[in-house]
Amino acid sequence: MARQLDILPDRAAQIGRAGEGGSTQPALKAGRHSLAGSVSQRACVFCGSRVVLYPIADALHIVHGPIGCAAYTWDIRGAQSSGSQLFRNSFSTDLQEMDIIYGGEKKLERALRDLIERHQPKAAFVYATCIVGLIGDDLEAVCKTVSAACGIPVLPVASEGFKGTKKDGYRAACESVLKLIGTGDTSKVTKRSINLLGDFNIAGETWVVRSYFERMGVEVVATITGDGRVDDIRRCHGAGLNLVQCAGSMTHLAKRMQDDYGIAFKKISFFGIEDMAAALYETAAHFEDPAIMDRAREVVRDELAAIMPKIREYRRDLAGKRAAVYVGGAFKAFSLVRALRSLDMDTVVVGTQTGDAADYEQLREMCDPGTIIVDDSNPIELAKFCLEKDVDLFIGGVKERPIAYKLGIGFCDHNHERKEALAGFVGMVNFAREVHASVMSPVWNFVPRRASRAAALKEVAS
Amino acid sequence: MLNGTTADQSVERTNLRINAVKTCQPIGAMYAALGIHGCMPHSHGSQGCCSYHRSHLTRHFKEPVIATTSSFTEGASVFGGLANLTQALKNIFSIYNPEIVAVHTTCLSEVIGDDIPTIVKRAREEGAIPEGKLVIHTNTPSFVGSHVTGFANMVTSTLKYLAAEPTGETKDQLNIVPGFVEPADMRETKRIADLMGVKTVMLPDTSGVLDGPLDGTYKMYPKGGTQVADIRTMADSMATIALGHFASNPAADWLEAKQQVPAAHLELPIGVGATDAYVEALRAYAPEGKVPEALETERGRLVDLISDMQQYFHNKRVAVAGDPDHVIAMVKFLIELGAKPVYVITGSPGNHYERRVHELLDPIVPDAKIKQSADYYELHQWMKQAPVDLLIGNTYGKYLARVENTPFVRFGFPILDRVGHRFFPSVGYNGGIRLVELMLNALLDHKDRTCAEEWFELVQ
Ligand code: SF4
Ligand code: SF4
Repeated sequence: MARQLDILPDRAAQIGRAGEGGSTQPALKAGRHSLAGSVSQRACVFCGSRVVLYPIADALHIVHGPIGCAAYTWDIRGAQSSGSQLFRNSFSTDLQEMDIIYGGEKKLERALRDLIERHQPKAAFVYATCIVGLIGDDLEAVCKTVSAACGIPVLPVASEGFKGTKKDGYRAACESVLKLIGTGDTSKVTKRSINLLGDFNIAGETWVVRSYFERMGVEVVATITGDGRVDDIRRCHGAGLNLVQCAGSMTHLAKRMQDDYGIAFKKISFFGIEDMAAALYETAAHFEDPAIMDRAREVVRDELAAIMPKIREYRRDLAGKRAAVYVGGAFKAFSLVRALRSLDMDTVVVGTQTGDAADYEQLREMCDPGTIIVDDSNPIELAKFCLEKDVDLFIGGVKERPIAYKLGIGFCDHNHERKEALAGFVGMVNFAREVHASVMSPVWNFVPRRASRAAALKEVAS
Repeated sequence: MLNGTTADQSVERTNLRINAVKTCQPIGAMYAALGIHGCMPHSHGSQGCCSYHRSHLTRHFKEPVIATTSSFTEGASVFGGLANLTQALKNIFSIYNPEIVAVHTTCLSEVIGDDIPTIVKRAREEGAIPEGKLVIHTNTPSFVGSHVTGFANMVTSTLKYLAAEPTGETKDQLNIVPGFVEPADMRETKRIADLMGVKTVMLPDTSGVLDGPLDGTYKMYPKGGTQVADIRTMADSMATIALGHFASNPAADWLEAKQQVPAAHLELPIGVGATDAYVEALRAYAPEGKVPEALETERGRLVDLISDMQQYFHNKRVAVAGDPDHVIAMVKFLIELGAKPVYVITGSPGNHYERRVHELLDPIVPDAKIKQSADYYELHQWMKQAPVDLLIGNTYGKYLARVENTPFVRFGFPILDRVGHRFFPSVGYNGGIRLVELMLNALLDHKDRTCAEEWFELVQ
């Protein structure tokens, strides 16, 4: 076992510890491709594009490729829609051997025409997969033809899996969305208005956050992409401000909108009390309207009054417990470290799949000395760090959950499979409840490591 | 939920798959490889596929699923994956230290045309593969067949690599290829053979791998899985029992053709008759040549249960969707129960499937709709045209069940939203008992929830 817990030598540059060597320590070498042969938790370009775009609910999403790429992304994310459910179907050209040999353009065109006629979507997104990149189908051309014939935007997404990492997929998604923006009528959009970028309405989170802004008297023009609508996106260039949550996925879009339409943007986060309140205040400050600021304070006051008693209760049990965080983007990691701190918990391991050097520097500053900081990790490493730091909680995604449980560690899914809104003030209570439920679960009493720790504590006490 | 999106007349579709009842080959290969002890499945392609396959298997089994990837970049996609695979093998053995690495291809490496054996040979010459360690491979292009094909390919390739040299001395043991089934099913299949007193080697065997206990440690290579040493003896076995035409026959056929190990082609032992056939096949090799009382009793209990409850199944219209071997076996069982399978689809291609289901159903349900390479969208259209009393399928069937308010039993792969499949078998007499319970509960719960007050009954 000891041997199995070694770190790949080439990986050493992607692991660091806070407080060691200070600024003289070389920056984490992030943003590189996973090492060939590692049990990487990372996904592909296509995955990045697919998760970002698919919550646009009244658009058609079709995966051009062999069946697998479509099958594995069929409705896995729990992004909710208040209306159209079209996006929850899995449409694929299911390329066969003959298509690989002769090309799949004809097939794609027929599929698109057929689907558009039947479902009358507001727009269509066509995702490229690895194979399409190889056989050289001209998606642009097919999309153009179909768009002209059907009268709706048909947008290719350049998401060939091998062309980079998930992050490149976000960028490809942004590029496709950009083609929609600027095509709608903005005459009815008010001055004090925003777009929400990078929230995907998992477990209804966009709805939670949107309501805060509306209570402040700020119009929300488009939510991109959670509970997204094509027509909203077409006119969202009329908004006064872009708020970018989950900065990894949508900063590119915000920057482009700044360049093209002069819309300012702010990177914010909706996770945790501090970050959520800061997002509301910053927005209010941006509009320089005292009435909006007053209402923002009101929203924060009311919401806090509603949640604090509950949070205090959870905090009593959770104080001093240790957490490991392994998530997709660095921005989420920042928020989680802060949110855990507000529960009096310590983050002792933190890692991301897509963070860059600057992100890791910031993590290093945020975390207590000795905290392990890691880029693009694998199960062996994660297990090793969890045991070394004897953590009580793991926050991660689908592939980490069973590993945490096998080690006898509580788990909270902060990824696609969260079932409750974790954003906003109410999200903090939900988060605290979930963490509490898992960390305090009686099942851990049956786990050898934990049971012996409990026994040892008892001995000390007596 | 998906209601508004489903037209209620059938349209011929040739260019489009909507809501598939299949997925791609590599995941089947990965699953099969996990059933070899100390094995690291390796995906030769870009990292996305591998990540998806692992996530999907994890969602189904709720267990850690390991596999490595060649992490193709644009360069590899142009120049081939030689460097990537060599580097990968080096890293895998030095860090994860498996006994054996089972490489499968992806669409990408297939289209590029990487020649895996040559790459592996060169890697070995370069010292990337330590002495005594094994690397095997199979080809799994996803634009051919389905995940079931990938499973069959990996099992067959494993034998080609590891059971290539028979000693010439027949061993007192039977090979079993269990099919693309649950760890619980593999466990049950072995238990029945044990009860019969027959020694078996099962390949693959994911029991003890993907149904592990929580013991406070994370093991990359859990206790279970077929031992390589045992696989090596499979060319010397008395015979091979293949359970399932699509997932298991290819491996058994290879053993028969190449190693003169006779093959018995059976269907998945689901229900009374199919389990009888399995037991019968074992009996031919059982030391006493008879069926032990314990097993007779299990059979008797299943038959007793069916007789108690047959009235609820009589002429019930049932739709079945899933993998071909599973669907064929389920249709047979439904016939035993007196139900009427009216729509029977699989997402996988395969003419044997349609032929066999027709053979089973033509005398009883002549107008049944039977189709290979079909999808849930099409099944849903049929259900709208003429509803069914019960739907049997994998998790994705729940969309249809909800919209059409149809009793639903989860069966097959994947099951992403319930847990029973992880613990209770569907095969064998006991598996039959479980399936009867599931179906009956679905039917009766539905009745209790929806029937008029005067028909709400306490006793059933
Ligand atoms: S269909 Fe091909 S490309 Fe898509 S996930 Fe499967 S192996 Fe990968
Ligand atoms: S084939 Fe390419 S696009 Fe599809 S899942 Fe694999 S890496 Fe991603």
